[in-house]
Amino acid sequence: MEKILVGLKRVVDYNVRVRVKNDGSGVETDGVKMSINPFDEIALEEALRIKERGEASEVIVISMGSQDAQQQLRTGLAMGADRAILVETPESVDPLSRARVLLSIIERESPDLVLLGKQAIDDDNNQMGQMLAALWSRPQATFASNITFQNGAATVTREVDAGLETIEVDLPAVITTDLRLNEPRYVKLPDIMKAKKKPLDTVAVADLGIDGAPAISETAFAPPAQREKGIMVDDVASLVAALKDKGLI
Amino acid sequence: MANVLLVAEHDGDTLNPSTAKCARCAADIDGAELHVVVFAADPSAVAEQAAALDGVTKVVTIAHAVHAHALAAAIAPQLVELAADYDYVLGPSTTFGKDLMPRVAALLGVNQISDIMSVEAPMVFKRPIYAGNAIVTVEAPAGSKVVATVRTASYRAVGSENAAATIESVEPAAEIPGHTRFVELQTGASDRPDLQTAARVVSGGRALASSENFDIIYKLADTMGAGVGASRAAVDAGYVPNEMQVGQTGKIIAPDLYLAIGISGAIQHLTGIKDAGTIVAINKDEEAPIFEVADIGLVGDLFSVVPELTEALS
Repeated sequence: MEKILVGLKRVVDYNVRVRVKNDGSGVETDGVKMSINPFDEIALEEALRIKERGEASEVIVISMGSQDAQQQLRTGLAMGADRAILVETPESVDPLSRARVLLSIIERESPDLVLLGKQAIDDDNNQMGQMLAALWSRPQATFASNITFQNGAATVTREVDAGLETIEVDLPAVITTDLRLNEPRYVKLPDIMKAKKKPLDTVAVADLGIDGAPAISETAFAPPAQREKGIMVDDVASLVAALKDKGLI
Repeated sequence: MANVLLVAEHDGDTLNPSTAKCARCAADIDGAELHVVVFAADPSAVAEQAAALDGVTKVVTIAHAVHAHALAAAIAPQLVELAADYDYVLGPSTTFGKDLMPRVAALLGVNQISDIMSVEAPMVFKRPIYAGNAIVTVEAPAGSKVVATVRTASYRAVGSENAAATIESVEPAAEIPGHTRFVELQTGASDRPDLQTAARVVSGGRALASSENFDIIYKLADTMGAGVGASRAAVDAGYVPNEMQVGQTGKIIAPDLYLAIGISGAIQHLTGIKDAGTIVAINKDEEAPIFEVADIGLVGDLFSVVPELTEALS
């Protein structure tokens, strides 16, 4: 295939313990480390491996947001993507509008495959890939743990509640990645230097002529309910006694 | 009056308990009439089970050979056609619903509300974000259709004593695309209780150190009649298959009793168990974060504690 398009979302780093602001207006993101959404990193790794196997010729990374998202796109370029597109948007864009933006980029670039993470670890929505596939009238293969290609189709193993499901989808298609698809590579310093010379185009969202979708408003944020502190027992006999006390065994 | 259309999850023969949990959520929407839709090759058995769910007034069935396996691409266009008559379209926040519902929402031109944990008002809901580190209150735009998935761990199943629901077969005109084809489903066939609905669950973590060592977890679980789960670390290490993963990106569960064995308790794991009735943690590291959420904690070497516990319970 010719092109693979990979979405990279800038999110609060996986290791940061997110806290709700005291006034309930949102979560604390000032001064917090930002990274590529881990599932998107897996998507990019897979695209690079497909290209390295000679099954694709170009990997394009795309992100939406402020100029800050350039950082994540540069990391993507350092991992090995060929070029990057930043769609500059007001800070918060709802998933359906984001899918519409991606679709308009797809119409320009005509990729054979779009690889996205199955969910972003900030909003945990798990929607983008499915929405994009719907708007594009193309197949979706979500939660992928293995991907192979033959005769213009992809065979995708999916991590589903019952086990592993395999489906076949005609290309072009949208595939969203699960955790065990691969282990992303580490970026080496010379690659970071090389990435600075790779093309990164910025497109203003206003120039794409997208109709914004009616957004779902977020009216309040709260920390989760805390469980009460429990008891410690010294041995198995006390554990069994405690469980009996609660009527659990 | 509001109308709710709930998409049934099933395996062809049996209705998945997620549907009865979503029905409980639907009942929280004021004055809503609840219909369930069953897509299947032969929906008859599943339709009868759905019709028995308390609160359901009608079951709509769509019989088509392609629906022998749930493919979002095949179900979505037909579901969108049916959705015209409804204010709410709900599905479970399982891999089935997560795959299907956003495709439906996009075709209907609305954003989706993922993982409803409570209904605050007809258009206002609460849902978890950041692996459950924050709970956000969201409001759907006035006058728009609500497409949502329901976090099943937040709801108890409704009863199944209902005799009043009717069953009606329909044939949507929407074309089913041929671009997506089912190949196979590999399930780790097991006689143990299903992880997502079991009243008791025993989970093992990285400290088990091998697939063979997981036997002590299975033995304990079998003694207790429990389902078996695992942390992401144990699944990544290949000790157990993926469908046993509990946590942010695996299964979200709410058993009456949860035993976390050799699991340190990363936030991504805790988000999958925080609705459990009683959490028991067994870990040799007394500093492990799992003890912060455990109702009963035991510091000790799992390789001696677990066999001893199994012995004590048999």
